[in-house]
Amino acid sequence: MTAEIFRIGFLPLVDAALPILAHELGFAAREGIAIEPVRDMTWATVRDRLIFGQTDAAHMIAPLAIATTLGRDRPAVPLAVPFVLGLNGNAVTFSTRLANAVGLTEELGDPAQIGAALKRLADARAASGKPLRFGVVHRYSSHNYMLRYWLAGVGIRPDQDVEIVVTSPPFAADALAAGDVDGICVGEPWNSIAVDRGVGHIALATAQIWRRGVEKVLAMRATLLDERREAVEALVRALHGAAEHFVAPGAAEESADILARPEYLDAPRDAVLRAITDRIRLVPGGEPLHYPDFMFQYREAANFPWRSQAAWLYSQMVRWDYMTFDEGDAAAANNTFRPDIYRAALAGSSAPLPGASSKLEGGLAEPIGAGSTQGRLTLGADRFFDGRAFDPDDIETYLAELP
Amino acid sequence: MRIAIIDTSTTRAAIISDGLRDAGLVDLAIIDPSGPLMAQVEAAQPEVVLINLENPSRDQLEDFFAVSRALARPIAMFVDQSDAEATGAAIDAGVSAYVVDGLSKQRIKPVVDLAVRRFQAFSRLQRELDDAKTALAERGAIDRAKAILMKRRQIDEPAAYALLRGQAMRTNRRIGEIAEAIVTSEALMGDME
Repeated sequence: MTAEIFRIGFLPLVDAALPILAHELGFAAREGIAIEPVRDMTWATVRDRLIFGQTDAAHMIAPLAIATTLGRDRPAVPLAVPFVLGLNGNAVTFSTRLANAVGLTEELGDPAQIGAALKRLADARAASGKPLRFGVVHRYSSHNYMLRYWLAGVGIRPDQDVEIVVTSPPFAADALAAGDVDGICVGEPWNSIAVDRGVGHIALATAQIWRRGVEKVLAMRATLLDERREAVEALVRALHGAAEHFVAPGAAEESADILARPEYLDAPRDAVLRAITDRIRLVPGGEPLHYPDFMFQYREAANFPWRSQAAWLYSQMVRWDYMTFDEGDAAAANNTFRPDIYRAALAGSSAPLPGASSKLEGGLAEPIGAGSTQGRLTLGADRFFDGRAFDPDDIETYLAELP
Repeated sequence: MRIAIIDTSTTRAAIISDGLRDAGLVDLAIIDPSGPLMAQVEAAQPEVVLINLENPSRDQLEDFFAVSRALARPIAMFVDQSDAEATGAAIDAGVSAYVVDGLSKQRIKPVVDLAVRRFQAFSRLQRELDDAKTALAERGAIDRAKAILMKRRQIDEPAAYALLRGQAMRTNRRIGEIAEAIVTSEALMGDME
């Protein structure tokens, strides 16, 4: 019997690691499937290939999976997310000029303090008619929502006090260098590349804005999930195996070797290695700093598609697309995430399976044991920088209370 | 109807615009890939935008369209959704289309269909060019391999060619591949007697 093939679209980013490693290190073969990675340079291309069947699944920014399901800017195509490819792993990088003006130090600073200094500058620039401009990787990206959450939280109004434009990750360092933008919020290794090129200074890791924010997901057409259910479950197991290996002691060197290759990230191996070992160099020539919360590819059931995380993304879509809350859209957004498939795929394995499919987001100040139907699960602190918590069952109140 | 063409390949952009002009669609704006993209699109005020699928500026372009919708500016475009089948064919051919709201399906379809045919023609040309290059390179290798055989085995050219051909048939490979192997091994071991 020939193996079922999954063509999986991806962008050259560190968090495309799991499908690539599942393919390269035999986790796919072990589950009787084959993965064929398809590299692209824009999310628009990744999305188009996915919805028109040139690919079977994709490494995708989570909000884009929801926007595609809801038919934002295009006819709706319901997507399904049975697996999360990682939490966080992004950073906000300032141009050298902005970093100096704000007074960034060589340590990871406090988001509220940096925000206060940034606000003074943003106000001055807005008053002079040349507002600060930030680049994010996509309109429907967690980068956009994290950056806006932070800015709004420190009193800087996105779209009014500062401009937010789209800058694709591989071009983000160029945009900083050329002065097209004053700051970027992108995934790795592109912040580190900006720092290594001497054109930027990392101001914050997005994990400092929301400590356990959902990042890339594995997305596929909902119809494909129904038609190839068994193979999709095998794919989930293959990715889970790759995730477990990814964080195993001693695995990082080999992972970095593979990911840095021209057919994958085509990026400096050292920058890739730093990101996947949670070591970030904040300033050009500086010593990399170990920040254990930087990115999560496996621990704390990071791959579990919590419906409440989809709900938070939907709340930010309402907020920043200036829409009104819609009960039906909220339900469709939540249902894009498919914890049922995750559970079915991993039942009987050693993977911890949460008992619930939704939780209060941002409610944990310290690690806590969580209810599970299989294995033992501890969830780490997941606070937002401003201490607000998100109740997925009351999005309207949450939105009303946000600045 | 004004159509803007954005393509990282200027050759392909020329092939598409020729095709559109032949079909009587002469109001074209060819966007210079080395210039500022949004400014050019804004100035052109197109009703249809054709862009190669893998263009690295697509995320920016879609954001630009979305923002201009929010601000109710004139360049508010949507991904072409007039015909799912045609859109699928366009994606397969490597082109994506954006259209202003309200443009009728009858007017969009011929443009997209034509772009698809031109993209396919361009791919075919490229393939033929690649094949021709390969053939040329192989012919060089075959000539060199024949010379090596003639010298080593003290045989004439037809005999050398017959050797290559016989080996290719026995091993089910192309003559070019056999020739390449001989040239490579001569380069590595030619001085060993």
